[in-house]
Amino acid sequence: MTKVTLTVNGRSMSGQAEGRTLLSSFLREELGLTGTHVGCDTSQCGACVVHVDGQAVKSCTVLAQDVEGANVTTIEGMANADGSLNTLQQAFQDHHGLQCGFCTPGMVMAASSLLAENPKPTEAEVRHYLEGNICRCTGYHNIVKAVMAASGQDVSDTVAAE
Amino acid sequence: MPKDGGIGASTKRREDVRFLTGNGRYTDDINLRGQAHAFFLRSQVAHGKINTIDTSAAEAMDGVIRIFTAKDFEGVGGVPCGWLITDKHGQPMQEPKHPVLAEGKVRHVGDPIAVVIAETLDQARDAAEAIDLDIEDLPAVVDMKAALSADAPKVHDELSSNLCYDWGFVEENKAAVDEAFASAAHVTSLELVNQRLIANPMEPRVAVGDYDPWNDNSTLYTTSQNPHVIRLLMGAFVLGIPEHKLRVVAPDVGGGFGAKIFHYAEEAFCTFAARQLKRPVKWTSSRSEAFMSDAHGRDHVTKIELALDAENNFTAIRTETYANMGAYLSTFAPSVPTWLHGTLMAGNYRTPLIYVNVKAVFTNTVPVDAYRGAGRPEATFQLERVVDKAARELGVDPVELRRQNFIKADQFPYATPVAVEYDTGNYDATMDKMLELSDYAGFAARAEESKKRGKLRGFGIAHYIEACGIAPSNLVGQLGARAGLYESATVRVNATGSISIYTGSHSHGQGHETTFAQVVADMIGIDAGQVEINHGDTANTPMGMGTYGSRSLAVGGSALVKATNKVINKAKKIAAHLLEASEADIELADGKFTVAGTDKSVDWAGVTLAAYVPHNYPLESMEPGLEETAFYDPSNFTYPSGAYGCEVEVDPDTGEVEIIGFTAADDFGNVVNPMIVEGQVHGGLAQGIGQALLERCVYDADGQLVSGSYMDYAMPRADNVPNYTVDHSCVTPCTHNPLGVKGCGEAGAIGSPPAVINAVIDALQRGGHSHVTHIDMPASPSRVWAAMNAK
Repeated sequence: MTKVTLTVNGRSMSGQAEGRTLLSSFLREELGLTGTHVGCDTSQCGACVVHVDGQAVKSCTVLAQDVEGANVTTIEGMANADGSLNTLQQAFQDHHGLQCGFCTPGMVMAASSLLAENPKPTEAEVRHYLEGNICRCTGYHNIVKAVMAASGQDVSDTVAAE
Repeated sequence: MPKDGGIGASTKRREDVRFLTGNGRYTDDINLRGQAHAFFLRSQVAHGKINTIDTSAAEAMDGVIRIFTAKDFEGVGGVPCGWLITDKHGQPMQEPKHPVLAEGKVRHVGDPIAVVIAETLDQARDAAEAIDLDIEDLPAVVDMKAALSADAPKVHDELSSNLCYDWGFVEENKAAVDEAFASAAHVTSLELVNQRLIANPMEPRVAVGDYDPWNDNSTLYTTSQNPHVIRLLMGAFVLGIPEHKLRVVAPDVGGGFGAKIFHYAEEAFCTFAARQLKRPVKWTSSRSEAFMSDAHGRDHVTKIELALDAENNFTAIRTETYANMGAYLSTFAPSVPTWLHGTLMAGNYRTPLIYVNVKAVFTNTVPVDAYRGAGRPEATFQLERVVDKAARELGVDPVELRRQNFIKADQFPYATPVAVEYDTGNYDATMDKMLELSDYAGFAARAEESKKRGKLRGFGIAHYIEACGIAPSNLVGQLGARAGLYESATVRVNATGSISIYTGSHSHGQGHETTFAQVVADMIGIDAGQVEINHGDTANTPMGMGTYGSRSLAVGGSALVKATNKVINKAKKIAAHLLEASEADIELADGKFTVAGTDKSVDWAGVTLAAYVPHNYPLESMEPGLEETAFYDPSNFTYPSGAYGCEVEVDPDTGEVEIIGFTAADDFGNVVNPMIVEGQVHGGLAQGIGQALLERCVYDADGQLVSGSYMDYAMPRADNVPNYTVDHSCVTPCTHNPLGVKGCGEAGAIGSPPAVINAVIDALQRGGHSHVTHIDMPASPSRVWAAMNAK
């Protein structure tokens, strides 16, 4: 066991990690940040996406010891300072971009990284970027709509017929 | 315009805030003081005799607390099956024992053999590797027809064969059906596979067992769609723990789709081990484990025949289906290919004679049970494929052939020859709506444009019916269900007028916390924010049967309406007393009780306060308090229906299918929250499109699971699916539940696979590949290309 110290959501946090301990397990089990979810064991589903030094990564592909000292942002650090939902989170609620909520943290973290890289993505770009995040509930329609809306684009033409 | 927060409003979901901020509380987020970790050692072979299990080296390893094998479960019951099917000879199905841990034999890859309990999960996993197993390989059976041959290896030595049951429905109609085929002007037949799928909710299963020895209380936290069902099955049949000593909690659950209905060995194990060790025991499934331990879905092989007369009227349907049960009978497995499938074979049509034969077969594979739609997608796929094929053979428009044979709007209620009575529907209306929204009239021009680009465009139609709102208890009891299928609700009005609801329905993505509150708020006329929904804990909710079969609003919502009406009736009595008026004159509107025709009124909170501070209260005739419980047992199923249209483009060089557009026009009856209903349809469509184009669970001939991870099992991803056009404006309200609702959770997964495959066939036919009349799902590029290029 080795002590690992990270800056998580702006706070310095430490815990013990074996050489094999994944960042996803370290966040969940050692630091108690259970918002990061683990949906697979082959780095396919994206439920565990967090930001490490500003980059979106699947935290199940990172060893905790390898990111000693890194700046990590998890879903718990995404809301506005007053606790209200940020623009992207609010768009997910407004456009029903989540159902069971399990893939949601990874989806929000990935989408926020997309918007940082590409502030006005096309629908095809959103779908391509989120290809590494699996959602079984929503059929993606409303996730894509939420991300487009969060980027300030008009999504009225993707509104389902009433 | 519906009032915000009331019935009919697209109220935003209150549960979203916790999910969007990482504050959901899923089972794996629960860690109890003193918790130990369980790791299941599972069979790597499909069929084998267990000679020895040597755990001595593993037991000596760091952190190991105890290792369990089958011998620790002597005197403990097996995992029970909840549905008994009677075969066509009147005999009960063959029902093998399903031990918690494998006894003597392993019967599928993933069958649990031993469990290591250790201080940490890593220690448990390391120790499991040190268990010395001597398992003698036995020949495995994977293919269903091979499993029924006389010399096939038996999955269960104590059974007479691998045949679970041979079911005929309606057996008495068989001769008449055969006669109709003999005299038919035209017969269309089709052999097809409804492939094995894996539900894959994104949250893997988790179980945490806890035990309080001082009070002899057991608690199980589990990823379940129906905690009361788990308590019933595990308490009564496996562990022998009475209900008052067993609490089952299903907190936030990350999707279910059927796979989390069933009672699993791991749940019983963790509850049992916690009692043995007197400390909490936690098991978290890895995704790899989920692939080989969650119940799978579908896996039917069918021959369907449709008889038509000279005027193209459907005269009879005959089917023969082989249904894979896997190695053991999962909780509701036997009901899926029978009552959830055979009863839907009439579809939307007036076919007078139907005979359905189903042979359920044991194989050395993971057990198969209900997956989104459960039996109804299998029925719809057969029917809508064979109708399409018939239209092509007869040279008639597939829309017109369907319309000609539709049960017409003025023919409801309509009793089908497969034992169900549809209460309402208007199939022409949904067909019209779909054709309009998909611009079917403009298809020919679009196909021409595709052709110029070297692509083949096709349009596929499917019209589905499903039976939801499961189910009348007396009926399902006659059909072999070993449980009732009512639902319950308690409405607890608090002194200040806020309301706490306790429901037996469970939400794992459906948004009940929002929609159930809308229903109650609307009935009373208060703000939905005053209504809180509690679910998922047997300790505080009334006995309920949980969520599956699109039943929550139709059955659970009806219980809620019933209980709320009881509350309102009592509140009116209190109001009458306070207003010194006759109860008959009291009207409730917008949260205010008024004496009809006067300005005398008392508001909701005034009445609720009087109920709990009964200073001015008719104590001689009425109890204080304002809390009511209701159970609702439906008198019939509900019958959502709809028309689905899929437009595809096929690349003739690669066989790749692209979905250009998908239109769903559903009749769900009345709708409480349109936003949520549309989301349910979107999700169902993605799963149906996944089945049609991507997903397939593959076993090799030795019973190895080839598609055992997301690297091999193709889940639909954001760039595999289109935007959907969904509509629910065609409304024929359900006639027998108070909200007039039908259920919307499964429709998308039921109607879309045949629409997609019909579209692919249409594209190929239009492209000159007239020899291609069927492609089995998934219509992968290799399959489509091979079909096009078959000589």
